[in-house]
Amino acid sequence: MTDLPHSPEQPVPAAKTSRWKTFWRSDIVWSYRRSPVTVVASIVAFLLVSMAVFAPLLAPYNPFNPATLNLMDGFTPPNSNSMGGRYFALGTDSQGRDVLSTIMYGSRVSLFVGAMATLFAMVMGVGLGLVAGYVGGIWDAVIMRVADVQLSFPAILIALLIFGVARGIIPPNQQEGAAIWVLILAIGLANWAQFARAVRGATMVERQKDYVAAARILGVNPFIILLRHVLPNVVGPVLVIGTIGLALAIIEEATLSYLGVGVPPTQPSLGTLIRIGQQFLFSGEWWILLFPAITLVLLALSVNLLGDWLRDALNPKLR
Amino acid sequence: MHTSLTRIAAALAATTMLAGVANAETIRWARSSDALTLDPHSQNQGNTHTLAHHIYETLVGRDNDGTLTPRLATEWALKEGDDTVWVFKLREGVKFHNGADFTAEDVVYSITRAKSEFSNMKQLHSVVEGVTAVDDYTVEFQMAGPSLIYPNNLTNTFIMDKTWADENDLATVQDFASGASNHSVLNTNGTGPYTLVSREVDVKTVLASNPEWWGEAPAVTGVEYLVIADAQTRISALLSGEVDIVQDVPPQDIERLSSTEGFKVETGPENRFIYFGYKFGEEPLKSSNITDSNPFNNPLVREAMELALDRDAIQKVVMRGQSIPTGIPNPPFVAGWTEELDAYPAPNVERAKELMAEAGYADGFSVTLDTPNNRYVNDEAISTAYVGMLGQIGIQVTLASRPVAEHSPIILANESDFYLLGWGVPTFDSAYVFNDLVHTKTDTHGTYNVGLYVNPELDAKIISLGTESDQAKRDATVADIWATVKADRVLLPVHNQVLAYAMRSGVTLPVQPENQPNMTTVTFE
Repeated sequence: MTDLPHSPEQPVPAAKTSRWKTFWRSDIVWSYRRSPVTVVASIVAFLLVSMAVFAPLLAPYNPFNPATLNLMDGFTPPNSNSMGGRYFALGTDSQGRDVLSTIMYGSRVSLFVGAMATLFAMVMGVGLGLVAGYVGGIWDAVIMRVADVQLSFPAILIALLIFGVARGIIPPNQQEGAAIWVLILAIGLANWAQFARAVRGATMVERQKDYVAAARILGVNPFIILLRHVLPNVVGPVLVIGTIGLALAIIEEATLSYLGVGVPPTQPSLGTLIRIGQQFLFSGEWWILLFPAITLVLLALSVNLLGDWLRDALNPKLR
Repeated sequence: MHTSLTRIAAALAATTMLAGVANAETIRWARSSDALTLDPHSQNQGNTHTLAHHIYETLVGRDNDGTLTPRLATEWALKEGDDTVWVFKLREGVKFHNGADFTAEDVVYSITRAKSEFSNMKQLHSVVEGVTAVDDYTVEFQMAGPSLIYPNNLTNTFIMDKTWADENDLATVQDFASGASNHSVLNTNGTGPYTLVSREVDVKTVLASNPEWWGEAPAVTGVEYLVIADAQTRISALLSGEVDIVQDVPPQDIERLSSTEGFKVETGPENRFIYFGYKFGEEPLKSSNITDSNPFNNPLVREAMELALDRDAIQKVVMRGQSIPTGIPNPPFVAGWTEELDAYPAPNVERAKELMAEAGYADGFSVTLDTPNNRYVNDEAISTAYVGMLGQIGIQVTLASRPVAEHSPIILANESDFYLLGWGVPTFDSAYVFNDLVHTKTDTHGTYNVGLYVNPELDAKIISLGTESDQAKRDATVADIWATVKADRVLLPVHNQVLAYAMRSGVTLPVQPENQPNMTTVTFE
């Protein structure tokens, strides 16, 4: 399925410059340079991610520290000074929070939840996919039927269900502290099936190959075979699904927060910001909704475009 | 952007006006959250009563201006020669929806049920020692002592049919906090102006007018009661003609709706205050980093918390002027309210910080604030704003925001350390506030004293109000109790709510100060 080099016998380039040149001339970089959309998407994604990661250094205010807020700054329009004389480039929301800073901190929450949930789904899906594809039989049947059933429901419904169950189990006074982890769990559990399906297919193909047979005849532990021989050869599709899955997870987090079941309103993610901003659309304070919404679109779109490019770049049939 | 939205709304309005006229007698009425149950005695809660008042009836009703009116009882008076007995004459010829006659035994049954275990209404009847049917249309209430205000307590206690209740095994009131259910939670048999046609909890309840009703036939013959939790969706539904009347209009939309052709907004003060409550007692809080004591139990902390609360800022920014800030958990409608009690201190963060240090919490502490997000006007936004204000004096608050259907059971199970709640006063008398919010939590009293405030001296005074026959002496005791409640900061009031109902032109639903609108009061032009 892929031709990613993984064998240790690959010739090692002699000097650093030539290694760089090899990289620069490699197929993947070539296809990147040839696609302006991907270049733009990666720059946008890079900017948004660094904005989120370095929010504490870059943001003009800290909206997650309630002590710095002044309610009387509320509803300041973009590019103007509040009654208290503070300047707000993108205006303030109903609580006097700087919209720009809130977006920066909010993207942090969105990205963290998205990345952790995708990682969780990836580990779970890849693990189960490897087992299903390699062991086969009853294990394969059970795992893949569960995946099939789950794929027939929209992921957001599954996430809502898991969220509801988790809230029922956790005592009320610990729910808010656990909210972000419950969110990660819910989105992660809702998305593992895609990974499992792709990895199972690839594993079944690899299992037939001579190098696996050789390892088996040598008496290598099946666990080691899976980890050291099969896994590196199925990692291509996992990367593609993971990138697109990240965009999906960010959207799912925003949807859950928009529905009011996500993170606490005092530490808003992009979805929470959109939910709050939406209350003021009719009354004319458009900036509270518009800027977080644009940020969410840019973030999800750029990550998605990167995923699309990666899928094409890793597919030898398209070259 | 603003003008184009207005234009779209106007266009939508114009088209729906044409469609709306044809079946003008059915009213589609939307609000933010549903009745919690249909069991008439399980929940003493505004939304629950509002729906119940359409189906069931009480002995005594209340006008939009607050005066008591005859309903199932036509007249009432203290018994001659015995001021511990109230005598109620019942309306004759009234029938329940299933055709059964309404008689005195139904009243005896219903009051007894309202006094029973799991009833949320029992504090209202705690001074009742016994109810007896003298004849089919006369009932005597034996009080523990003279109770001047007792008829005020009957405006939300609904009368059920004894035979129907017995057939359906309803002697035990629904235990709401534990999630129990019974036949009356989804089925009804009242004497009221409307009968229940269908009910989908949290979605839609359909009512049809009751042709056998004793009152004047209402103009509205059919009601579709819709729950639309999201405020903007609710307003959009009105603008697009999906509904005729919207309750719980967000303050930020009042101006725009009033200026949009085809719609109008009725506003007026509500007999309800919004307040923060906190846990009393020595036991450490469940959600705090302070594990060896309860910071809220320290009066200095409570004073600091009041000085951190900027009521005027909340009124101006969060409520956009649509609230009346107050320093006492008691609305001006209620006997016992005074201007001095209503006064509140100007916020003073510096002084508040000093008080925190004095109390031994110079570094502050952490706690969780439980807030509903679809019950009161801008409830979550009020809580979010207060989280910011408390942050300035070092109290780090985690905000737990839930729909009222999840919030209520947590509150009632005393699970919350710190919470937002609103309280309406349907009896228009201070004793109602004391009985439920201030009196020590017991079987019959302090149902919503979920902060578990205990003051035996105050309890004795509160109980004495129930049977005090000397009005001047009673007033003095009420003033005395209020002085202690304010000094102790038993509750931290924020403001009194202002009500706003939005509707399409041609329909008028007058504002009811208890936020108990009734579709029988709707008029068409």
